[in-house]
Amino acid sequence: MSLEYDLASGSTRELNKKLHALGIANKTDKICVTNPNGAHALAVGLTRPLKVNIKGHVGYYCAGMNQIAEVNIDGNAGPAVAENMMSGYVTVTGNVSHYAGATSHGGTLLVCGDASSRCGISLKGADIIIKGNVGHMSAFMAQTGRMVICGDAGETLGDSIYETKLYVRGSIASLGTDCVQKSMTEKHKNELETLLISAGITGADAAEFNRFGSARKLYNFKVDNADAY
Amino acid sequence: MPTKKNGDSQINLHELQSRLKESATYPRQVIAEIQRAAETGIYDIRGWGAKRSVPNFDDLLFLGASMSRYPLEGYREKCTTSVTLGDRFASKPIELKIPITIAGMSFGALSGSAKEALGRGATIAGTSTTTGDGGMTPEEREHSELLVYQLLPSRYGMNPDDLRKADAIEIVVGQGAKPGGGGMLLGQKISERVAGMRDLPKGIDQRSACRHPDWTGPDDLAIKIQELREITNWEKPIYIKIGAARPYYDTALAIKAGADVVVLDGMQGGTAATQDVFIEHVGIPTLPALRQAVEALQELDMHRKVQLIVSGGIRSGADVAKALAMGADAVSIGVAALIALGDNSPAFEKEYNSLGTSAGFYDGWHEGRDPTGISTQDEELAARFDPVMGGRRLANYLNVLALETQTLARANGKSHVHNLEPEDLVALTIEASAMAGVPLAGTDWIPGKK
Ligand SMILES: Cc1cc2nc3c(=O)[nH]c(=O)nc-3n(C[C@H](O)[C@H](O)[C@H](O)COP(=O)(O)O)c2cc1C
Repeated sequence: MSLEYDLASGSTRELNKKLHALGIANKTDKICVTNPNGAHALAVGLTRPLKVNIKGHVGYYCAGMNQIAEVNIDGNAGPAVAENMMSGYVTVTGNVSHYAGATSHGGTLLVCGDASSRCGISLKGADIIIKGNVGHMSAFMAQTGRMVICGDAGETLGDSIYETKLYVRGSIASLGTDCVQKSMTEKHKNELETLLISAGITGADAAEFNRFGSARKLYNFKVDNADAY
Repeated sequence: MPTKKNGDSQINLHELQSRLKESATYPRQVIAEIQRAAETGIYDIRGWGAKRSVPNFDDLLFLGASMSRYPLEGYREKCTTSVTLGDRFASKPIELKIPITIAGMSFGALSGSAKEALGRGATIAGTSTTTGDGGMTPEEREHSELLVYQLLPSRYGMNPDDLRKADAIEIVVGQGAKPGGGGMLLGQKISERVAGMRDLPKGIDQRSACRHPDWTGPDDLAIKIQELREITNWEKPIYIKIGAARPYYDTALAIKAGADVVVLDGMQGGTAATQDVFIEHVGIPTLPALRQAVEALQELDMHRKVQLIVSGGIRSGADVAKALAMGADAVSIGVAALIALGDNSPAFEKEYNSLGTSAGFYDGWHEGRDPTGISTQDEELAARFDPVMGGRRLANYLNVLALETQTLARANGKSHVHNLEPEDLVALTIEASAMAGVPLAGTDWIPGKK
């Protein structure tokens, strides 16, 4: 079933209610949402294999806590798009604000433009792929999962990082505490290639990327590290 | 043994004690701490709450009934204790039989069976319990009739399925033991299960962030609340938990952000693991914090519309009744609930001794070696703890708190515990009078008020 919903005459509450009810009878309901005009909390808490296409810019927390659904934002997204996503696929054709993909456990967030600061903060297992640049403090305290940055990274990338893997093609303003460059083995190249292909990225070669991750020096408190905290 | 002249080998302890002069600035505990710090190079981390003495509910008294106020008959005349939480915006508010809830304590800090016991005890008593840092366990959900799910900065174990399973959602901004501090779970407590729930490797020291990852400030928080309500269909009450730092402003901002319930935790509030310096030196006591929070609610005409839950050093029905009289809708307990389960029991004195402590003093909850099996992830130790028995003990204790609260309410002529009011109270000290905003006993004087 293919539907349309116009937020100019509707409301966030009504839209989300509709979305929560979709996908029961038909496995892959499609819905096109128009005139979002920066509204917050659109398409949050979805649990079924819907395809949601939002035509325009969205506010905070779009596709928050997503499960299974595919959400495409044809525009820019405000803070914390796809926050705490569990599974599914969220695409933003434009740029995203702070905290994109914060604490996401699974699924993929693809950003075609740039991401602001703290992208992938406390990442818990999702894949975040940024075609452009990311702002400062990205991947802060990132726990697991993968982040692919095709452009440049801002200051203190991967500060206090745990086991998240970072692949960066461009330059890095600075690495955060305990974040270090790691070797790019065949295994890592293959992994990255698969990620790039799945995101439909053709202009970037896995060989151009460097890998970063945790030095694991902050894993247990040691007096000698006191300055690093 | 070498013999000494003049009976030197026989030190007379009594004589010595009366002759030695202890420094008020450097008493033995202070000296020991300097020595410990010099030896280890790391600050002291511990569980429990502030151990210093601060003005508290013991500094208040009820007046009781008199010629102008008649009391209610002990067992015959009704004095109800029920409370509704979260009816401001939520379509499914929480109904408690008693105004005493179990505070958020994490699975990780506590064993799975201790969490289960908290749920069992709360359920028997007709009240709610709360998850904590690290997420919701199936045992806890199964055994808790009413379960509040915490959304913390770390977001460990945060899961939309659990969010929908919860009866209410508590956004934790701060804790009384450490307003402005994050969490800590030391490596020895990170078992495979705890690590898995938190998406981190086993055995590493886990730092929980002190700020939320996806919002800053009350304007963002209002939008965060909108998201949570949208995800859960506007059914669940949203609580905001704050540590007692600036309770007047924080309560006002929580109301503005759209809270259904404000949870206020005073500096005496317990913790599983925090630096001693943080526990003892940051935040204000429960007594003044409560008064300031109530003032904010009243000024915004939100008193009893947005409910206030107060915690931090609640031990008895007297504490509960006084908190309600000052304007709280309910209270919440942490340390006392653990003691009711069996924590610090003299039955384990020998084992406490082998840990270098004694029953009544044990605060090493961060270490995971708790002989009672409550604050540990060690399977052998945890297996000692019986969640059914623990739950019954907690229910007994909650029952006593409720009965004591009713006793005091009836003595003041109140047919519902919420009818207790500041008018029923006086203070024993000038400090408590100023902080609680009730007159010094025998006067009509409240410092700071005309
Ligand atoms: C063992 C333990 C673990 C705790 N874990 C949490 C937690 O995960 N989240 C939280 O908001 N507060 C936590 N707290 C604080 C309690 O929720 C509550 O604010 C405090 O215990 C109330 O004070 P009381 O212990 O004097 O009753 C914890 C407290 C204890 C004792």
